[in-house]
Amino acid sequence: MSLDDATVRKIATLARIDVADADLAPLAKELSGIMNWIEQLQEVDTDAVEPMSGGTDMTLSWRKDAVSDGGHADKVLTNAPEAHEGFFGVPKVVE
Amino acid sequence: MTELTQLSLSDARDGLTKGDFSAVELTQAHIEAMDTHRDLNAYITELPELALERAKEADYNIGQGQAGALEGLPLGIKDLFCTEGILTTAASHILDGFTPPYESTVTANLKAAGAVTLGKTNLDEFAMGSSNESSYYGAAVNPWKKTGDNSNLVPGGSSGGSAAAVAARMCIAATGTDTGGSIRQPASFCGIVGMKPTYGRCSRWGIVAFSSSLDQAGPMTRTVRDSALLLSAMAGHDPKDSTSADLPVPDFEASLTGDIKGLRIGIPSEYRLDELNADVKALWDKGITWLKDAGAEIIDIALPHTKYALPTYYIVAPAEASSNLARYDGVRFGLRVKGDSLDDMYVKTRAAGFGDEVKRRIFIGTYALSAGYYDAYYLKAQKVRQLIYQDFVNVFKGVDAILTPTAPTPAFPFGENSNDPLAMYLNDVFTVPASLAGLPGISVPSGLSSEGLPLGLQLLTKRWDEETLFRVAGVLEEAADFTEHPFEGEG
Repeated sequence: MSLDDATVRKIATLARIDVADADLAPLAKELSGIMNWIEQLQEVDTDAVEPMSGGTDMTLSWRKDAVSDGGHADKVLTNAPEAHEGFFGVPKVVE
Repeated sequence: MTELTQLSLSDARDGLTKGDFSAVELTQAHIEAMDTHRDLNAYITELPELALERAKEADYNIGQGQAGALEGLPLGIKDLFCTEGILTTAASHILDGFTPPYESTVTANLKAAGAVTLGKTNLDEFAMGSSNESSYYGAAVNPWKKTGDNSNLVPGGSSGGSAAAVAARMCIAATGTDTGGSIRQPASFCGIVGMKPTYGRCSRWGIVAFSSSLDQAGPMTRTVRDSALLLSAMAGHDPKDSTSADLPVPDFEASLTGDIKGLRIGIPSEYRLDELNADVKALWDKGITWLKDAGAEIIDIALPHTKYALPTYYIVAPAEASSNLARYDGVRFGLRVKGDSLDDMYVKTRAAGFGDEVKRRIFIGTYALSAGYYDAYYLKAQKVRQLIYQDFVNVFKGVDAILTPTAPTPAFPFGENSNDPLAMYLNDVFTVPASLAGLPGISVPSGLSSEGLPLGLQLLTKRWDEETLFRVAGVLEEAADFTEHPFEGEG
């Protein structure tokens, strides 16, 4: 499993992490090394195996679909890099 | 006041109850130790004023006969637990200045039990690492050194700051979190007891998420009794975490009966790796003898899918991490790097805010979850994870506990594995299988390597059987009689 530069560029775009062009090739080599090692999983016969999707086989608890907390906009916004009038501030998205 | 920093949690508790010393004196002694050993970089944030204020309240409560289970006992808190009004970093640049408006359930439980928080301990960035070298705040340093060699060694990771602080007597005990070995491996490297409970025993609410199907909080202490004591206070059902178990929390301290006669201890042949360090191998054999001498029956067992645990983990954990870490976008908290557009702001913030190892795992996880590769990697890993779990289920039909080494080597020098991710991942070869299976595990300091470094042995039991785990660990601890101290002339 060898990842080429274009694939790594695609992954970086999906992950929303800026990668400089010069860093693509070394990153591709490093990720390929890890994926090659992971490739050994393919030798395990898993045809009749149920995937294990969590860390417990207990039934996850349910609660009423009702508001249990809230009304803390001020507290929530205290950590925002930019906040205006009770909202998060972001760069302009609509011209 | 040096001697106050040598006490175990249970002895300090008894001393406070009897009035031998005050909580303020106990806390002050640890604050002094934090000053003395600041070069270990064990804490990201120190909270001496808050700790003393809390200790005064504890003295009052003790005087009123209203002491909680941990009243007045000074602890270190891994800086992955959100603490209300106190900087919480996850050792990442991207959480710059983040001050949570809420308290994690585990730390809230500790507060309610009367514990004093000395500070927030160092870790690998987002708990991703086995050496502490990925911390944005610089790595914590292991208080232990090789005999006759003054070079610094890693404390292990990711809970390396907690392990170093407990070993260096800069707190009586600390919290850690363990995703693939992040409590047990640093405990082994620093000569302390590190325990990962059954997945679901402690609430994950308010712990900065890494891999949600694996993350578990646990105690890091100097004795097995302390481990039981601290876990009893940390654990419990929490409606805010849907995977938190609605089970009563046993009195874990009561499980330390000292008697393991007739218990069956499994020894997995797959853990006898060819490349295993000779000292580690010898210690494991000693451990087997100790438990046998204590009346346990030793049984050879097979865990055939062991070799696939690490590659499985390195799909499951990065996949979950890539999803969990999507929240760091420069909008709601932490770092923001300005960009020409919203998207440009995202990519620049995340490029500047995450370190190399975190990025590596986000990329691997993103790839494994991406269209066309999901079945080949993520689904495949989930199926192999099931086989690894079933290996344990089968084995626990015939044994009560499993004994293995905790880590394949003692602590290593800085830089030794940092350029080779796969070599670094191998540190967790013995701890990851139990993490994938959601089992409880404990590392007990059991001896020194030929170079004078601590080594731990790991015990595992079936899910929800922490009581047997502590019971066997107590016997192992007594037989190993590990009394060595990292600083000559102290202790």
